Amino acid sequence: MPRVGWLRVPLIVTYAFLYLPIAVLVVMSFNASKTPFTWTGFSTRWYGELFSNELIREGFVNTMIVAIGATVLATILGTLLAIGVARYFRSSIVEAYSLAPAIIPDLALAIGLLALFGLLGVTLSLVSVLLSHVVFGMAFVAAVVIARLGQTDASLEEASRDLGAGAVTTFARITLPSLAPAIVAGALLVFTLSLDEFVVAYFTDGPNTPTLPIVIYSMVRFGVTPEINALAALLLLVSFTIVLSAQRITRLTDAV
Amino acid sequence: MTSPDGRTSGRGASRRRALSARAVFAGPGLLYATLFMTLPLLLILVYSFFTRGRFGGVVWEFTLDNYGRAFEPVYVKVFGTSIAIAAATTVLALLLGYPTAYAITRLSPRWRTVALILVVLPFWTNFLIRTYAWIILLNSEGPVNTALVDLGIIGAPLGLLYTPGAVIVGLLYAYLPLVVLPVYASLERVDRQLVEAASNLGASRTRAFFDVTLPLTLPGAMIGAIFVFVPSLGNFVVPELLGGGKTVMVGNLIRDQFLEARDWPFGSVIALFVVALLVVLFALQAYISRRINGRQVSRA
Repeated sequence: MPRVGWLRVPLIVTYAFLYLPIAVLVVMSFNASKTPFTWTGFSTRWYGELFSNELIREGFVNTMIVAIGATVLATILGTLLAIGVARYFRSSIVEAYSLAPAIIPDLALAIGLLALFGLLGVTLSLVSVLLSHVVFGMAFVAAVVIARLGQTDASLEEASRDLGAGAVTTFARITLPSLAPAIVAGALLVFTLSLDEFVVAYFTDGPNTPTLPIVIYSMVRFGVTPEINALAALLLLVSFTIVLSAQRITRLTDAV
Repeated sequence: MTSPDGRTSGRGASRRRALSARAVFAGPGLLYATLFMTLPLLLILVYSFFTRGRFGGVVWEFTLDNYGRAFEPVYVKVFGTSIAIAAATTVLALLLGYPTAYAITRLSPRWRTVALILVVLPFWTNFLIRTYAWIILLNSEGPVNTALVDLGIIGAPLGLLYTPGAVIVGLLYAYLPLVVLPVYASLERVDRQLVEAASNLGASRTRAFFDVTLPLTLPGAMIGAIFVFVPSLGNFVVPELLGGGKTVMVGNLIRDQFLEARDWPFGSVIALFVVALLVVLFALQAYISRRINGRQVSRA
């Protein structure tokens, strides 16, 4: 590291603040003790208990259904939207509108969707959660793909068209391959977002099909258990892995 | 076929093609955003003017009472508490986030990437779990209290959890990355030559920072502040889990109106307040940003 002098202080404080709580959580998940605060020895017992917990398993399956469905839909819609916005509209208003679902406060979106589903007479279920997750998922995919489109040259596509290739051929042979890394990265990000999303799911889910974050919420409200520590450590691992993969694929650090 | 003549006569056709390309590519997404974002928000606006239904929903009788109720002392107090807590969180986030972003710009390119990834990474993990971690940390038997007692700094464990302070720490933990990124982006855009010019003209490094760098990065810092302040107001999980339900914030109020009191119109009024605040703050940011950039151009 080059000399940064006193500037090291904020760096150390920030990274300690961000990562110490996570580290404590992971360490505690290997604690043999049933009371979650005192360390009595190393154990992987709670990971075992986790897999025999019916509620958690059910929540996991529900979450996977929502996350996979939302990722597929959001990736298709978001990619097309990004191409439309960056190549054919070139309007900052349309772009802002496309990315707005990622910035709207989640609670406002959640109650709005609850009201909409109520008005349309839609019974709340995993489908309503899935449809809701697509809204902001689509915006995140669009953001990543638009960033990539800004780096690629539109003249390749124009050349392809001038040489007589149709719109579909140009899209499939030129546009899509050059966007592939951004699309994959966007899909990975939506998958993690959906996997971890609580507020919107809490308002748009039916009572009999809780997603994993909803299960965690109801467990955490009733106190700290070693099982949650194990589950938390696993989920952190999954999110870290997915986001770092997405990062490696695009090398876009600023496409948050 | 691609002769210049062919192009001129085909201009109308190519315009039609561009329009249909817009519809094919952006159409589905824009439609989806309209149906599942704009329509729900408009519905909230409409609901805010009608009477509550008995089991949620609304009865279609126009009223302005919902807006009047927002000024009752109970709710004004909630707004006050929320704004104070969100503001404290925002100030702390700027005090920590700005120097961090500044320090990151001074790292070598390779370390810069690593540092930025490390800032963003926690943001992508489960928010409930990140909040839960603080229940463990701040508990009377938790690591923070144990460490303080062992070091002899305090005699007996402090009641850290279930206080407004715990809420502020939890919100800061949730949203700190959202300050670092926009500040970093604006620091990257600052013209180094301007800072050098200030130094050459005899300004000290501190003076150059406060006279040149800080004003130019104000728009980025404002974006960061908005990204912390507004979600902090609307967060109901942190006040509940770390505040123990004793600190009631705007988010809790909205949640309770929709899921417990079943007063959707009043819940809508409060939610609209948060959305309106977001829009006003963004407009203010855009205005200040334009003024600062305008000044930079006219100086150059």
